[in-house]
Amino acid sequence: MLNKRKEMTSGNLAFAEAMRQVNPDVVAAYPITPSTEIPVKFAEFVANGMVDSEYVAVESEHSAITACVGASVSGARVMTASSANGVALMHEIFPIAASFRAPIIFGLVNRSLGAPVNIHCDHSDSMPERDSGWIQIYCEDAQEVYDSVLLAVRLAEHEDVLTPVFVCQDGFITSHCYEPVELLSDEAVKKFVGERKAKYPLLDVDNPVSYGSFTMSEYYFEIKRTQIEGMNNVPRVYKDLTKELAEYTGREYPALDAYRAEDAEYLIVIMSSATGVVKDVVDEMRERGIKAGCLRVRFFRPFPAEELKKLAKGKKGVAVLDRSASIGGTAPLAAEVKSALYGLSKRVPLQEYLFGLGGRDLYPRDAEKVFSGLMENDYSDTARYIGLLEKDEENGGN
Amino acid sequence: MSKPKCWQDVPPATIAWGASALDVETGLWRSMRPVLDQNKCISCLKCWLQCPDSSIKTSEEGRVCGINMFFCKGCGVCAQVCPVNAISMHQEADFTNEKREHGEDPGRVAGHVK
Repeated sequence: MLNKRKEMTSGNLAFAEAMRQVNPDVVAAYPITPSTEIPVKFAEFVANGMVDSEYVAVESEHSAITACVGASVSGARVMTASSANGVALMHEIFPIAASFRAPIIFGLVNRSLGAPVNIHCDHSDSMPERDSGWIQIYCEDAQEVYDSVLLAVRLAEHEDVLTPVFVCQDGFITSHCYEPVELLSDEAVKKFVGERKAKYPLLDVDNPVSYGSFTMSEYYFEIKRTQIEGMNNVPRVYKDLTKELAEYTGREYPALDAYRAEDAEYLIVIMSSATGVVKDVVDEMRERGIKAGCLRVRFFRPFPAEELKKLAKGKKGVAVLDRSASIGGTAPLAAEVKSALYGLSKRVPLQEYLFGLGGRDLYPRDAEKVFSGLMENDYSDTARYIGLLEKDEENGGN
Repeated sequence: MSKPKCWQDVPPATIAWGASALDVETGLWRSMRPVLDQNKCISCLKCWLQCPDSSIKTSEEGRVCGINMFFCKGCGVCAQVCPVNAISMHQEADFTNEKREHGEDPGRVAGHVK
């Protein structure tokens, strides 16, 4: 049963392969770059009779997620995928899915939001959804995408959680790059994910229920509090799940991925695929005797604030690299990190950066410069920009 | 009926009992009440077609025979569309002494289970 195979595949295709093995009851999707391959590949599985899933071809992303919610509350195991403006069009339905406690698994392939129209990666599509009540997992590579789909199914459907999950990966960088990915056997996946047992399926006519009934100030607040509790239970449930999957794969994924961080003096906090560049630079700096480290935030919701606080405590400097802006405010990752570090009795100096908008690459020299800034105690009150075309005198001559 | 006293007792997933809409007394929201004059009514069914809450009662023969005050929110559409002015709108306060059927409070539906 533990027959594993290694394949050259991409983030999108690894996601689709995991879907085939999970064999969900319903998939409703509308294609959009760069996530298109996921529904396309899955439609092929359906057409070739390789899955038992009901594939619902819809006319828009809004309809796709709406069909997913309907199927999910009926008791089905449901998956879909989207990107960028497709995700934005779905926005209205995301909080409803979360409040209905519909455990939908969503392949979110990160792409910058228009305008201008751009198909490449940043996190401006998923970050506006951080308050939708969904779990958000950000993957560094295709292997992690594959493993995360399996984890997400169990996590979302756990009785104490019952919350939908975004499994995010970087558009093109992860979704379209081919790399070796270890895949489990179909039997192993089947055994790990099991069958969904819905607690209040809408189709159970012997125990009829209504979903989405009107409720005013009398109980709306309390219903939201039950959702918060589901999210609060995620770390505990997830910890056991990642251990359980590691028995099959040998790989465990913490909510906060610490790379040479414990004894580090200087830290970069970052997410998703750009982490690889930072880890390489950390290794090079360590060889030069500089105590550099990296923290990769894998779960953005729920945010691993306690772990981050523990690992950032006592550092000489921390830099936070955001791949999306909150125009007029603090960028999402920086806001979370600053909030988490507020509880430290001794303040840790922190510099915010914006990078990679619209798919601009992060280079090793960029990460080195960030570390140099920390070492030279060079901080500014506002965010700095990495790789932006700007006049020399701006950005401290960066 | 169990009405929760704390959030831990609230059912998850906005779940209420089956066909809950039938038990919810949306008529609680009414401030103006339509009154039907059977002598004027010609049963053209315009009010029956337009009522957003399906509150116009009809007889087996398909004639208009009253208005369901359990669901009627008093929007007044029926009075507006009536071609013979058989429906007039009155202050709900004028009917406070009247006996009425009580149902579930519409503000609480998803917050409690039956």
